[in-house]
Amino acid sequence: MFDYDVIIIGAGVSGACSARELSRYNVKACVIEKEEDVCCGTSKANSAIVHAGYDAANGSLMAKLNVQGNQMMEAMSKELDFPFKKNGSLVICLSEDDMPNLQKLYERGIANGVKDLKILNKEEVLAMEPNVTDDVVAALYAPTAGIVCPFNMNIAYAENAYTNGVEFKFNTEVSDIQKVDGGWKLITNNGEYTTKFVVNAAGVYADKLHNMVSDKKINITARRGDYCLMDKSAGKHVSKTIFALPGKFGKGILVTPTVHGNLLLGPTAIDIENKEGVNTTRPGLDEVISKAGMNVKNIPMRSVITSFAGLRAHEDNHEFIIGEVEGAPGFIDCAGIESPGLTSAPAIGCMVADILKEKMGLEPKADFVAERKGIVNPEHLSKEERIALIKEKPAYGNIICRCEMISEGEIIDAITRPLGAKSLDGVKRRTRAGMGRCQSGFCSPRTMEILSRELNMSMFEVTKAGGKSTIVVGTNKDVL
Amino acid sequence: MKAYDIVIIGGGPAGLAAAAAAKRSGIDSILILERDKELGGILNQCIHNGFGLHTFKEELTGPEYASRFIDQVEELGIEYRLNTMVMDISPNKVVTAMNREEGLYEIQAKAIVLAMGCRERSRGALNIPGYRPAGIYSAGTAQRLVNMEGFMPGRTCVILGSGDIGLIMARRMTFEGAKVKVVAELMPYSGGLKRNIVQCLDDYGIPLKLSHTVVDIKGKERLEGITLAQVDNKGKPIPGTEEFYECDTLLLSVGLIPENELSNGMGVSMNPITSGPIVNESLETNIEGVFACGNVLHVHDLVDFVSEEAAAAGRNAAKYVQEGAAANVKEVITLKGVDGVRYTVPSTINVDRMADQLIVRFRVGGVYKNCYVATYFDDERVLRRKRPVVAPGEMEEVKLTKEQLLKYPDLKTITIKIEEA
Repeated sequence: MFDYDVIIIGAGVSGACSARELSRYNVKACVIEKEEDVCCGTSKANSAIVHAGYDAANGSLMAKLNVQGNQMMEAMSKELDFPFKKNGSLVICLSEDDMPNLQKLYERGIANGVKDLKILNKEEVLAMEPNVTDDVVAALYAPTAGIVCPFNMNIAYAENAYTNGVEFKFNTEVSDIQKVDGGWKLITNNGEYTTKFVVNAAGVYADKLHNMVSDKKINITARRGDYCLMDKSAGKHVSKTIFALPGKFGKGILVTPTVHGNLLLGPTAIDIENKEGVNTTRPGLDEVISKAGMNVKNIPMRSVITSFAGLRAHEDNHEFIIGEVEGAPGFIDCAGIESPGLTSAPAIGCMVADILKEKMGLEPKADFVAERKGIVNPEHLSKEERIALIKEKPAYGNIICRCEMISEGEIIDAITRPLGAKSLDGVKRRTRAGMGRCQSGFCSPRTMEILSRELNMSMFEVTKAGGKSTIVVGTNKDVL
Repeated sequence: MKAYDIVIIGGGPAGLAAAAAAKRSGIDSILILERDKELGGILNQCIHNGFGLHTFKEELTGPEYASRFIDQVEELGIEYRLNTMVMDISPNKVVTAMNREEGLYEIQAKAIVLAMGCRERSRGALNIPGYRPAGIYSAGTAQRLVNMEGFMPGRTCVILGSGDIGLIMARRMTFEGAKVKVVAELMPYSGGLKRNIVQCLDDYGIPLKLSHTVVDIKGKERLEGITLAQVDNKGKPIPGTEEFYECDTLLLSVGLIPENELSNGMGVSMNPITSGPIVNESLETNIEGVFACGNVLHVHDLVDFVSEEAAAAGRNAAKYVQEGAAANVKEVITLKGVDGVRYTVPSTINVDRMADQLIVRFRVGGVYKNCYVATYFDDERVLRRKRPVVAPGEMEEVKLTKEQLLKYPDLKTITIKIEEA
């Protein structure tokens, strides 16, 4: 007797999409996650770009899933109610000598099935995007590229999986995986779980888990990317995502509006040993700032409101590894999911679910709920609708985060909905409270009070992001 | 739509003083909109003393100082709404406000006084590298936690920035049982008042390290320590000077930014130096009938001067309601700060509209010892005042009288500068 049919390790975007697509079927599934919430690793700290699909090598799984994911994104953003905008992208070519590379990118895009690609000359680029550098020679324009809210995409998929019966266990870290007859036993800090199938969606740790069950080792390097996020006052500096023509290390420093109206610069590409090393460094941030200016002029650098770093799960062959591991029946890898992983995630979820459906002979669930409603965004309401909402639920009339204008009603919803927020960062990712220009200076004590009240915990238990990240440690004069 | 003669945005010290002055000038229809649950603004968490020496000739705590003005507002019967967020102000002075009880509603004002105060610059704005753990607070956030809620944010503390709130919090954290290891300041001089350095650091043996900054933050969940380094005269860290401090708390007191999102939204012109509106002698912005005062106009050191400035804005708003816009009679005089003077408030003067006396406030860009603050009317130096020291942390002022200005009918530019002795 197994505890579960399927355990998915990792509640990042790959794990959440896999869980949601799997939840279409009659299956007992569980997602286990070492952090306190969904979307705590690579999925929360990336460029939030929906790539068109011209980067990945033709014929690769990466190229296929990128283009598929891109094509699915708009419909999924409506079905699961997360912010997405098809803003288009430009790859900037700064020298005539590099034109063959731009042409190559164009041709690869066509071969990969990317629609509507076009090479623009200097005048066309500057007419479209006046803040692109005057040194621009030409650019590859991809109208199908977009920007997405990485948090709410991940959260929406996870919530919908949960609604459709998938269990989630947080603060649960797998330390060992043992083969048992007909399945697997996972040893965790919160006990042992048996399952017929395992999906390894563990991000930068996917190699560690893979190598527990297979002699054919894989290696995943944490490749750090530093970013600077700028105030909304700079958010209209460019309207499209501006890439540098790719070099050896990824896509260079991009400049993009975010789906929420900020401007984002980054990432660097620095291979590091520490899989938890999400610290920014001075050289990293300096590189972001200096290189961003190569493709876009007059970036108002004084408008930086925060900087952060994320880790890409870079597999040695730079390819997604999705499928049953040789010699480990029932152990499905979903590994090496680096950029364009976020874009590909909807397609990755379908692919993982298809593999499991095939192997397990799963039947569709009669009562599958395809749609999920997100936290109401009052900005999208008419004045009359907003008045009606406040009349019904006065908490929507009480602004807590004054930078992003987030009300108590939205925060309560974020905490009390399925897989709700348990920490300040959880609230922030769901509602944007604390994500604005004052970076939670004003709202954090108030959000703490709401968390404490709604979750019936003391202020000493309220954390920034789970674990030991408590915010207040005692009362005045308690040690005197 | 509800309508008031004067709507005041913010019920802190500036808004309260403006309201009281407007009422005393004969306006009955006044509304103060305050987003917090009580009037008084940031003073409510400033429980230390030292407020009111100029205004009341006694040392009050922040809440006591606020209560003097709240009492006036109550006695004068001025209307106010608490827990009310102003969402938007249109150029034709329609204020959109929101609260739990009334929902979203609009108010038509004849005149508006902007008194929204300021907010603290965050870690992100400084782009300090490192991890992003719990345990990093702006000094004001920590002040709220400690002074209003009774919670200790941590046990061992480093403070970056020697702004007044940081200095005050160094002392407060010490009082409440925390160990404050050091205050680091990027600049070669403190950003705070001299009296606060003496009373909050020196008296408690807390070292102040000038020309130092935080170059790394350690700790993934909760802060474990920070690395300080000395900086060169361009503010760049000097390799080899790094020093690690174990601490669970980092407080940031690295500058205040006027909170002008509403002003920007309605099209008020801004001064890039102050990040506040550009105003004339009446503290009126480029939008007729819209006035600004207090920290939303430019960040002050002393609340007494906020009250004084706000009272002037309140009187001027009342005058605007009573007399309408001044007929544009003649060319205005431009004020300029040069040679160490970073800005002036106001930026222009229309002599016909000015009161008998006008206080021009400004800050200097560096520390100057034994210098003169000189005022030129066009090319003629008309005032010169000896100052033993002027510093960026202490706001300066020059008083101009109407009588004096009337003697210069062709005056185009008033220039204020620092002259070395």
